[in-house]
Amino acid sequence: MFDRVERMLVVWCPDWPVTAAAAAARLTPHQPVAVVAANRVVACSAPARVEGVRRGMRRRDAQGRCPELVVFPDDPVRDARLFEPVAAAVEEMAVGVEIIRPGVVAVPARGPAGYFGGEDRAAERLIDQVADRTGAECEIGVADGLFAAVLAARRGLLVPPGTSREFLAPLSVRELHRPAEGHYRSDLVDLLRRLGLRTLGAFAQVPEKDVSARFGADAVQAHRLARGEQERPPSRRRPPPDLVVAEELDPPVERVDAAAFVARTLAEKLHAGLAVHGLACTRLGIHAMTANGEERLRVWRCAEPLTPGGIADRVRWQLDGWLTGTTGRPSAGIVRLRLEPVEVVEGHALQLDLWRGEGRAEADERAGRAMVHVQGLLGPDAVVTPVLGGGRDPGEAARLVPWGDEQSPRRDPEAPWPGRLPAPSPATVLAKPLPAKVFDEHGRVIDISARHELTGKPSQVSVDGGRPRRVHAWAGPWATDARWWINPCRRARLQVLLEEEDTQTALLLVLSEERWTVEGIYD
Amino acid sequence: MPALGAASSLAASGAVGVASDLASIPDDRARMLPVHPALADLFPWGGLRRGATVAVRGSTSLLFALLAPPTDTGSWAALVGMPDLGLRAASELGVAVERLALVRHPGANLPAVVAALLDGMDLVAVNPARLTDSHLRRLSARARHRGAVLISTGQWPGADLELTLSDTRWTGLGDGHGFLEARETLVAARGRGAAARSRQAETYLPAAGGAVAARPRLIPVRLLDSDWRGDRAEVS
Repeated sequence: MFDRVERMLVVWCPDWPVTAAAAAARLTPHQPVAVVAANRVVACSAPARVEGVRRGMRRRDAQGRCPELVVFPDDPVRDARLFEPVAAAVEEMAVGVEIIRPGVVAVPARGPAGYFGGEDRAAERLIDQVADRTGAECEIGVADGLFAAVLAARRGLLVPPGTSREFLAPLSVRELHRPAEGHYRSDLVDLLRRLGLRTLGAFAQVPEKDVSARFGADAVQAHRLARGEQERPPSRRRPPPDLVVAEELDPPVERVDAAAFVARTLAEKLHAGLAVHGLACTRLGIHAMTANGEERLRVWRCAEPLTPGGIADRVRWQLDGWLTGTTGRPSAGIVRLRLEPVEVVEGHALQLDLWRGEGRAEADERAGRAMVHVQGLLGPDAVVTPVLGGGRDPGEAARLVPWGDEQSPRRDPEAPWPGRLPAPSPATVLAKPLPAKVFDEHGRVIDISARHELTGKPSQVSVDGGRPRRVHAWAGPWATDARWWINPCRRARLQVLLEEEDTQTALLLVLSEERWTVEGIYD
Repeated sequence: MPALGAASSLAASGAVGVASDLASIPDDRARMLPVHPALADLFPWGGLRRGATVAVRGSTSLLFALLAPPTDTGSWAALVGMPDLGLRAASELGVAVERLALVRHPGANLPAVVAALLDGMDLVAVNPARLTDSHLRRLSARARHRGAVLISTGQWPGADLELTLSDTRWTGLGDGHGFLEARETLVAARGRGAAARSRQAETYLPAAGGAVAARPRLIPVRLLDSDWRGDRAEVS
């Protein structure tokens, strides 16, 4: 069976998270920059790479190789917001722009190639256009099919028509695992390599029916990619028009937090409408109209069928890009928002998840509705869910993420944190630490010497101006600043156990700027 | 209230069961949230009964210990008006923190927020300091109606069960050395209806490593000793 593969032109901005982070912080391109998620480098700039920084490297190793490295946390909202001008610049020259992810846009190649007289000329013009309008550097690839075009863009190649399969054949099967674009295939890649299928060409030569017999549905899709065919079988269809959801916004939405709230409710509506038909969305059109009649449209393409959260994220990113962008900002608030499922697939994958959850999905949904309800009462930031991360002090153990935002840890909770006290941690960590006084046997207030020793033996502690209580046991002081030899501010922690009439109170005291505070209570 | 007192003492004696309790037993099994084995003795229903109001007083660790098994098996919990939670301790005690919703500063909307959360969450913990008695009654009724467990961190007059901590003793910390390692404690439960008889559980809360554990029942040493001597006497 032969299905015609559309010729795609892909614009790829290398190291986009780094470019976005540096632009947001107004750094010059010569500074080494890295973006870190879960304590691992996920992207780094060219100067950083020269110094030996690589993706997947631990943050400390990266800083070890390149001490002047500027490190930013991973932030998909920032990436998406700053990418909007790039997408707009491409759109000026080509129709049908689709954002694959922040950093990569695709357009059907036929239009610009015909207009500028050749794909190579169109590519040149696009590179100039993007650099001109946004200052961002980009690479361009043209090939049959999106997968091949993305890989061609990473190499800056124009793959002649009909030769995508030959272009892909010598590439490693590792190319199938593309976490940034939502293809998680590390297990499949591992398996193929152990079977000796190291290149896409070798994998493509396995007959499709054997692939579908041995591996899962996802491997069949991967096999299609390796053969240079359309990523999905041609069964995908245009959705009936009544699945479009629209919302009149009154008052007009001008702020990003309000937009996020609208995004969530609208996303749930769209997803529910699709689910009734057993469908899920793979290309999402986001259309906005402002009070002054300006219109904005952007299409997002996704590898995996979108979940309600996925839809809401993309709508939020897009609205964030429009409302806070530096150029082309609408002159008034958004009064009408419309979500259009441009392309849908049968929603088997999503249904599987529901079955596996055995009612858990329902519990999650009920809980989610309750949280959205409370957000409606108190504002979107009032409901948070904790994401555990690393850190030495108990106070920095968890990051509180507003419900609806991405929940990725900023630091690796499993990594060793020298200086962290062993479990148990205090069950109460005071958001506003209470002042305390620590006295020795002679009633003198205890301090810490420059050699990090206590100036006396703790014998009584008074908390928040209260009566001094007897210290039954204590240990410490432990330095909290890992680099106390560089930055000799005297800061240390002390565990004390106070006893009074058979009741024991265990406290975590912190000395900072010559003042003791109660930071945690083991209650 | 003398009539009520007499009824509850009859029920406590075990001679007479309250009809409503008997009728609800088969239904309740399906409507039970799991509790940690070390604390199971405290619950006359064998678990956290949906719709119940439980007061947990004076210990955040105990609150986390109650939240741990349900959140770990897919239930959601909300904590309202508690800005000072030690979330790493919660995780050490077994709480799946990704299924916690925290509303730290509900302000004047506290009753409305708790009511909204009771509609969707399996457990809602609230600091009742700023709620009036009529709010308390209405929220308890809402929990009962929605099948959620309402946990109070302070006194709650109509609570079905009240858990308190006593006889706490820390180990591990010395005079200038060591770390806080574990806390031996006695958890006592007292409540209404089937829970009227007071129950106790000897636990480590937290045990070494931060989790909950039951304290092993102590075997009287003298008995063991004499048995052993008796054995030897027979052998010799």
